[in-house]
Amino acid sequence: MHTTVTLLAGAPAQLLPARELMAFTLASHIILVPLGVALPLITLVMHYRGLRRNDPVALLLARRWSAVMAVQFAVGVVTGTVLSFEFGLLWPGLMGKWGGVFGIGFGVEAWAFFLEAVLIAIYLYGWRRLKPRTHFLLGLPLPAAALLGAFGILAANAWMNTPQGFTLDAGGKPVDVHIWSAIFTPMFGPQYWHFVVAMLITAGYTVAGVYAVGWLRGRRDRYHRLGFTVPFTLAAVFTPVQFLLGDSIARSVFHKQAVKFAATELVWRTDTHVPEYVFGRLHPDGSISGGIKIPQFDSILAGFTPGTKVTGLTSVPADDRPTATQATIAHWAFDTMVVIGSLLILLALWYGWCRLRQHRLPTSPWFFRGAACAGVASVVAVECGWITAEVGRQPWIVYRHMRIAEAVTATRSTSLWIMLGLVVVVYVFIFGSLLAVLLKMRTNWRLDDARRAVGERTGEPEADTPYGPRARVPAGDPPPDGGTGPGPAKDGRP
Amino acid sequence: MIADVIAVVLLLAVAAYACAGGTDYGAGFWDLTAGGARRGARPRWLIDHAMAPVWEVNNVWLVFVFVIMWTGFPALFQTVFSAMWLPLALAAIGLVLRGAGFALRKPIRRIAGRRLYGAVFALSSLLTPFFLGAAVGGIASGRAVPGTEASAHAWANPTSILFGLIAIVATAFLGAVFLAGDAARYGAPDLVGYFRRRALGSVVALAVLAAVMLTVTRSDAPHVWHGLTHGVGLGLVILAGVCSLATGWLLLRRSGVWSRVTAVGVVAAAVIAWGAAQRPYLIPTSLTVAEGAGDPGSLRWTGLVTLVAVVLVCPAVAFLYWLDTHGELEPLSDTDLRRTEPARDDPTELN
Repeated sequence: MHTTVTLLAGAPAQLLPARELMAFTLASHIILVPLGVALPLITLVMHYRGLRRNDPVALLLARRWSAVMAVQFAVGVVTGTVLSFEFGLLWPGLMGKWGGVFGIGFGVEAWAFFLEAVLIAIYLYGWRRLKPRTHFLLGLPLPAAALLGAFGILAANAWMNTPQGFTLDAGGKPVDVHIWSAIFTPMFGPQYWHFVVAMLITAGYTVAGVYAVGWLRGRRDRYHRLGFTVPFTLAAVFTPVQFLLGDSIARSVFHKQAVKFAATELVWRTDTHVPEYVFGRLHPDGSISGGIKIPQFDSILAGFTPGTKVTGLTSVPADDRPTATQATIAHWAFDTMVVIGSLLILLALWYGWCRLRQHRLPTSPWFFRGAACAGVASVVAVECGWITAEVGRQPWIVYRHMRIAEAVTATRSTSLWIMLGLVVVVYVFIFGSLLAVLLKMRTNWRLDDARRAVGERTGEPEADTPYGPRARVPAGDPPPDGGTGPGPAKDGRP
Repeated sequence: MIADVIAVVLLLAVAAYACAGGTDYGAGFWDLTAGGARRGARPRWLIDHAMAPVWEVNNVWLVFVFVIMWTGFPALFQTVFSAMWLPLALAAIGLVLRGAGFALRKPIRRIAGRRLYGAVFALSSLLTPFFLGAAVGGIASGRAVPGTEASAHAWANPTSILFGLIAIVATAFLGAVFLAGDAARYGAPDLVGYFRRRALGSVVALAVLAAVMLTVTRSDAPHVWHGLTHGVGLGLVILAGVCSLATGWLLLRRSGVWSRVTAVGVVAAAVIAWGAAQRPYLIPTSLTVAEGAGDPGSLRWTGLVTLVAVVLVCPAVAFLYWLDTHGELEPLSDTDLRRTEPARDDPTELN
């Protein structure tokens, strides 16, 4: 701990609030990203099924999911915009020096996002008026736009991990930029695929989890069955793939960012036959307390033989590597992610066994309890993945080229603390509202379905979804249609 | 050379954000001034409907402005965000509250809740353009010299305050013109007149503020003042003036479509006039385009990415606006989200 203190003593006072603010806004935004990136795909799969088999239940699910997409995409837009502000407000040194080298990734992302915003608007608002086929086809490029957006952001982050594509002049300024090699850095491929699959899995488990809860509560109609199986199958298929991708990215980190690997695996001295620690805590003197020690396993994981030499933290000076506390954080985040991933694999295998061998859904309530938690667990895993990547890179913002202390804004720390407090309050308000709105939508739909199931006529449509009904326009409005018939209510469109 | 091209691209992106995002902020302004829950119900209903499909798209322009800044002109980005820390931080918080207030107000049923979210949305629609305008004013008056630390003088000065006010009035003007057109589209004739009156009022206010600005900048931002009163800058100022007269005339003549075109012309010409007046500087008299330019390689790539994107995105955005103005985009209603056949299975139901 005392090393942490001495290291922080030399750091500018505004560093801590700036890091806290960035961490908080990133972590909040990442909760929304899986649904933003992968929910359109899952919805389109359901939509396709509905059109193909002329299945009203599937179409209903797709419509409801798109209503959910609308609310969460809107909040994702604003939290994402805040992040682009923060590059300037918190890390002007990073952008001022390196923006020209790696900023282009964000350019790709901005345009992709533009496209995604357009397509999502057309998809969400096209249900009623566009021809079914046209509407579906216009939604089809959505996943591609989402993948392109992820490409831009991940290119930028991978560059921060393995910066290249420039030469430094005498004054230490990057010149002679090669954009191509600045985008396709060594860490880019592994990070990109690991991320995209993580988004797909997380969105799949999250959506399926909602219906798993319904299943546990005894709602086992076709609607719940379909709402569960389509996203869960998608996620389950990709879970083993993610395991392989995760293994390969860990090895890429071992080769390209040896010190980060040492931090995530708590390797103190460069050595062969290095043991693997599951959890445990690193102390500033290099000793490790707690955790489970597996002899030689770390070397085997890194290079397939116990004789593999693993670089340790002490291979670089103390102020060029994560502190003991930071290493412990990265290590815990990494191990948590791996544990969650392993549990999800078991769940996916269980599901696969029942579906492929017995041609039915699992019947055990324990399976559905697991499925209900899988969504939250995958979000936690995604957060842990980012913590591993970002904390493991400390103290560098650009690996081995710029420290975060050099990049941080010169604004007084007081202003930053106030901003942090303000942002926390605002975000709690927004995320709380978002959750409340989504739960409300779910409850209303459920009550609606229950009423319909017992054949009761539903009364006035209530204003429970983002879309409607149009608030009755006072004066000059035709008398409202009850909305009980099979057709739509001509709600509020004067 | 390439730096000049990218500087023009940056200016056009700022103009696009001023027009697209500005229309959005303006809708928020009229939401704020619509009156109580009962009196303001109809205008607010129209604002919700007109904005919903396009507001996210309109706001992506801002992200793009930042991206061009940090990729093409890293020194400019660093300087602006260091010197203008507070207004930009407040604008960021305003953006979040605005988007969230707008998105979350619709699903809420209770009038108190709708009031709260509506107020959050409307107030931040006022503050965000003000602070963004103030930041621009600080740049235009040359106060954001490279190396300036965050300080009040950079944005609490006559030019900044005035630019902030002009930003608010310009957005209100755009919003009113567009909403008047939307009201005609949604068949609400009473609202057409309502927003037309407000648009005409905004034109007058804008003209007054423009006149005040030309007197204030003369001493407070001499370089920009000189640019606005000579050569290309003067031409663009005159163009903006002609456009605003034309908008007023078209509003009186009740032409919905063309008044939108001229209204966008006013704001776009004004933004481009400011950019032209700053030549050859990114920040008047302390940072030229050539000095602030990043690596020529990245500038070329920025240009290329922009070009590819324009080819991809422009048709998409045009298509979205076309669908939106032709009434093809309609929100899902409750009925669609019930266990009934989707609406479009029975075209006779739609009229």
